[in-house]
Amino acid sequence: MKLTLQVWRQAGPDVAGKLVKYEAKDVKPEMSFLEMLDVVNERLTENGDVPIAFDHDCREGICGMCGLMINGVAHGPMKGTATCQLHMRSFKEGDTIYIEPWRAKGFPVIRDLTVDRSALDRIISAGGFITSNTGGAEDANSILVPKESVEHAMDAAACIGCGACIAACPNASASLFTAAKITHLGLLPQGQPERYRRALKMVAQMELEDFGSCTLHGECQEACPKEISIDTITRMNRDFIRAGVIGTRP
Amino acid sequence: MTMRLDAHIPAGPIGEKWNRHRFEMKLVNPANKRKHTIIVVGSGLAGGAAAATMSELGYNVKCFCFQDSPRRAHSIAAQGGINAAKNYQNDGDSIYRLFYDTVKGGDFRSREANVYRLAELSVNIIDQCVAQGVPFAREYGGLLANRSFGGAQVSRTFYARGQTGQQLLLGAYQALERQIARGGVKMYPRTEMLDLVVIDGKARGIITRDLISGAIESHAADAVVLATGGYGNVYYLSTNAQGCNATAIWRAYKRGAGFANPCFTQIHPTCIPVHGDYQSKLTLMSESLRNDGRVWVPKTKGDQRSASEIPDNERDYFLERKYPSFGNLAPRDIASRAAKEVCDEGRGVGETGLGVYLDFADAIKRLGEPVIRERYGNLFEMYERITDENPYRVPMRIFPAVHYTMGGLWVDYNLMGTVDGLHITGEANFSDHGANRLGASALMQGLADGYFIIPNTIGHYIAGHKLEKVDTSHAAFKSAEQAIAERTKRFLSIRGKRTVASFHRELGRIMWEYCGMARNEQGLKTALQEIPRLREEFWRDVNVPGSAVELNQALERAGRVADFLELGELMCIDALHRNESCGGHFREEFQTQDGEALRDDEHFTYVAVWQYAGEGKQPILNKEPLVFEHVKLSQRSYK
Repeated sequence: MKLTLQVWRQAGPDVAGKLVKYEAKDVKPEMSFLEMLDVVNERLTENGDVPIAFDHDCREGICGMCGLMINGVAHGPMKGTATCQLHMRSFKEGDTIYIEPWRAKGFPVIRDLTVDRSALDRIISAGGFITSNTGGAEDANSILVPKESVEHAMDAAACIGCGACIAACPNASASLFTAAKITHLGLLPQGQPERYRRALKMVAQMELEDFGSCTLHGECQEACPKEISIDTITRMNRDFIRAGVIGTRP
Repeated sequence: MTMRLDAHIPAGPIGEKWNRHRFEMKLVNPANKRKHTIIVVGSGLAGGAAAATMSELGYNVKCFCFQDSPRRAHSIAAQGGINAAKNYQNDGDSIYRLFYDTVKGGDFRSREANVYRLAELSVNIIDQCVAQGVPFAREYGGLLANRSFGGAQVSRTFYARGQTGQQLLLGAYQALERQIARGGVKMYPRTEMLDLVVIDGKARGIITRDLISGAIESHAADAVVLATGGYGNVYYLSTNAQGCNATAIWRAYKRGAGFANPCFTQIHPTCIPVHGDYQSKLTLMSESLRNDGRVWVPKTKGDQRSASEIPDNERDYFLERKYPSFGNLAPRDIASRAAKEVCDEGRGVGETGLGVYLDFADAIKRLGEPVIRERYGNLFEMYERITDENPYRVPMRIFPAVHYTMGGLWVDYNLMGTVDGLHITGEANFSDHGANRLGASALMQGLADGYFIIPNTIGHYIAGHKLEKVDTSHAAFKSAEQAIAERTKRFLSIRGKRTVASFHRELGRIMWEYCGMARNEQGLKTALQEIPRLREEFWRDVNVPGSAVELNQALERAGRVADFLELGELMCIDALHRNESCGGHFREEFQTQDGEALRDDEHFTYVAVWQYAGEGKQPILNKEPLVFEHVKLSQRSYK
């Protein structure tokens, strides 16, 4: 296949960027999207140009490091798929593909397609955990956990922290990301003692970062490579409101 | 000068060693802990858990990772599960049995005392992870569920769908983030360690590069913990993440840390086969699939029919045939070799002939598609995305691929290397898996080291050594910084014709061909000529674009590949010297009549610890003899 790429190039956070056109030749349908970019980068290097910077690591859809806007869609056209798991068979001969970084105020561009997602770590740091120092745990089977709770918790815990939900949201809201963690931990008996405090602290941090508010567009769950449900946001809102009602202190 | 290799194994019966040692170890007063700085490089299970736990204890921790967040370390990709001797299934499991299985599975090339402690701590790990909110699979009654893994006849593997590594890492990551918020851990993401600083014989710090600004920085500490993972990417194609590298351990090796058993690498039997030259990685299909999938190839050579057209009596379920008591759950090294054997005979499947079937038709018939979907749904999806084939309808095609490295920096019982104060945890050390690691044991080791061992032994080191005050103005830091700046300048000034990736690919081909699933003297000697030639060409003709003071991924990669070009050679030297077959190290000259690995216990029951002797000099071989007091040396049999 021969494709035309329009790739966002930006030398640094404080300089203007622009779309630059590249021809991608000899693209095979079995290639992954990132392997296609590898080949483009090899050519650029051989021609004395600076290769395109993009984040990636595991290339099996689990580390959450990769993430590109592909033709305006976070992670591209295939539902429930991270960029690294997208293959070129999703495109056809002669296609033009627009490749851009995550677009959100809370994710400043570092270079080309690479952005700073440290805000997500700060949201977890604010309360996305169960306080349990190493060594104090009792036997793992001493607290029974209904299979159903664990399955639902796992659905939310599957979040890979890639930020696609934020990139896809017209408001750049981090609600799905935050709600997924609140749901995961809030559904387990071990997560109960800190449940409402967690919701207060995580939501507060989310609002401190440069993210917008949720207006329930639902673009986040469409873009999520792990197909996390927007229902988690309802749960977050409920826990947050209840925290206020019962007078939880942050 | 040769190395002192005292393993410091505590006295007493094996079941009491760790307990006794915990009592005998020196302690650091709680109020004094915050005066001590500890560097942890790597934020995976072994590093993240260690950093979080040491901060909980009160130490001042600095943690480094090259990814943009500690949550992305490659532990996250582990799929199938984590072993623990809980015996929740009442199927005869015990700490002793897990210990026994691991020593036997490692083909008698690991240290008994370390393995026993690992088995002992396995039960605490599950308790700790459940308390953190790890959503392990449960039965309807609310108890924890288990599944079986290779090399064991009990069901002791705990799992969270096919994302066990992810969930365990998120547990450690969340604990780490809690400590970051508290101020006990300072996190340095997008930062790579480029050198170890040794002052007066003790590890006192590291040199790093900020991957965004390119700034070279020094960090001083009272002790250094390397938890930087394995070196499987020396093969270019592996199941490792793209960024996984050996630079930290290789730099430490050059500063005096002994490198143990570098040739012990694990080839995982169930990966998606290679499909083209441009390919950047291989994807693992969890070993757990072998619980329900049956491995087969056609009985006749060159059979071109599709899988569905081949009747059952014309299929060779070769693992079930050769290893009736373990069947499809034979250990990884054995299953990989068996797959290679049938492909070498010309009975491999798929376009390249380098593949075997992993077939779920019987399991789907027996249990129904929904049960299979619940157990392996995400793996089946991943397979379909990559291959465009639906494994519910047609059998998967799989082939072995490089997955894990059992070798690594040598450590004693306290997980300290041959440089005082330098500790090594997780896959980066060599200690627990011998010549072959059993499935679901890597997560167990990473967390045992990180949560339970290093937080105890680090105090013992600090309390037992006089640590002069050192800061980064010391000459050793300055000269190491200088050396890195010069090396970087050299990379950028070559401006040759070949890309870094092209050298990496070529090195990978040499390693896979001559130091892969099967090795022989002649091949290894060829590799030992090819690698220096390639290395020389690299330093003459590599093209690293861009500058040193910006995000420069080509430069990062050049540094890693330059180190792989040296490490690959050491692996071949080690493989050539070990005139026996054991575990993942299969030397064609040494096999039994039916093609199984033939150990030479008389001459090779030792850990080969290589010592750096200087640029261009042959490394020095040191030996730590292995003594087996509990698990009798015998030929492994899974028949």
